[in-house]
Amino acid sequence: MQWDFAFTAEILPKMLWATGNTLLAAGMGYAIAAVIGLLFALAQRTPLRILTYITREIVEFIRSTPLVLQIFFVYYVGPEYGLYLSPWVAGMIAIGLHYAAYISEVYRGGIESVPKGQWEACIAINLTTMQTYRRIVLPQALPPSIAGMGNYLISIFKDTPILSVIGVAELMQAANAVGGQNYRYLEPYTMVGVIFLVISLTAARAIRWFEATVRRKLGMQ
Amino acid sequence: MTYTSFLADYGSRFVDGALVTAIQFLCSLGLAVLVANLFGLMMLSSNPVLRRAAVGYVEFFRGTSLLVQLFWLFYVLPLFGITLDNFLTGFLAVGLNLGAYGAELVRGAIQSVPRGQWEASYALSMSAAQRMRRIIIPQAFVTMLPAWGNLVIELLKSTALVALIAVPDLMFEARQLNNTTYLSTWTFGTALVIYYVFSRFLITPCMRWTERIMARRIGRA
Repeated sequence: MQWDFAFTAEILPKMLWATGNTLLAAGMGYAIAAVIGLLFALAQRTPLRILTYITREIVEFIRSTPLVLQIFFVYYVGPEYGLYLSPWVAGMIAIGLHYAAYISEVYRGGIESVPKGQWEACIAINLTTMQTYRRIVLPQALPPSIAGMGNYLISIFKDTPILSVIGVAELMQAANAVGGQNYRYLEPYTMVGVIFLVISLTAARAIRWFEATVRRKLGMQ
Repeated sequence: MTYTSFLADYGSRFVDGALVTAIQFLCSLGLAVLVANLFGLMMLSSNPVLRRAAVGYVEFFRGTSLLVQLFWLFYVLPLFGITLDNFLTGFLAVGLNLGAYGAELVRGAIQSVPRGQWEASYALSMSAAQRMRRIIIPQAFVTMLPAWGNLVIELLKSTALVALIAVPDLMFEARQLNNTTYLSTWTFGTALVIYYVFSRFLITPCMRWTERIMARRIGRA
């Protein structure tokens, strides 16, 4: 089997376009995960014991079952109840929820690291719970969390190929399509590998730099 | 159709799938442990060639996505005349990938053994092999066990991807059943619960138990 450079050049535009979709999927998935993760983290801190317990179980459940199965579940179960989701929407919900479970643990660590005195001070000056979280606790808890969340962005990026199982037009799906049409799998799959390697190594560097900067700005060591 | 009659009809398929998943899990776990120790130790070697090879391996397997590696092994390798069985390809990809993550754990744990322990074993003029086997590795092992607990769960979840190269594991059976019965909630839901039971009620207690035993054996409990 010889590497065909003409074929590589021919499919390159298609692959790069699909790379854009992959990055978009990773970014959107991450944004959803960051928001839902915060909700998961806050739900575990309410005085309602039952809510804490249920959220805890949901987070555990999501973390211990495979993402690919969750994607299928979200995509195929909706229509049984009359809810038709496009592959993109279903994929984003599944990835967002999956990583929300992981990210909620990071937030939880951040919130728990806010000193007890801060909470007591809020009670002393008679702030409502809402005010306490919004103005005192979260502004102190979120920046340190950001310093620990970068790795999940790369993890999400590396999990986006799984979206191809429900037909999201990302990089893996493009490689499958190109390979199937031309009966050549060497170039497309190898290119996917190279593109992933380049982006994730670059992103890892960037994130290490970003996290170090955030840490320095916050005066963490 | 009720859920009980669904289980009576198709329960055996889930059991078959779960068995294949369990075997896949054990094979890839064995391979991952082997790879992790080999490359983890190589990364600490004083020989720069070995060290660089190990770092290259780890960066490569962590940088490209597992699904990409799986498809590459399955679709591209045969083009070079190496055709592997589906089952073998499945646990090879999962084991090699998770092994790269494990190598980092091994390296970190060995480096975290206090300097005094190394110096003491020099003082007793132990050979390098004795030092590693009797002093360093047992302590490093206990240190890294909790992190391995998470990694082993990740490994179980990763084995679900081998369904995409037609290994008849739990995920594969669920998908087949969904295609024939259209009962998405039940098929995917049941599979999710089985994965959950595996990781929450089999793997996690086993890891906790090992942690306790090992901590006691080196006198840290």
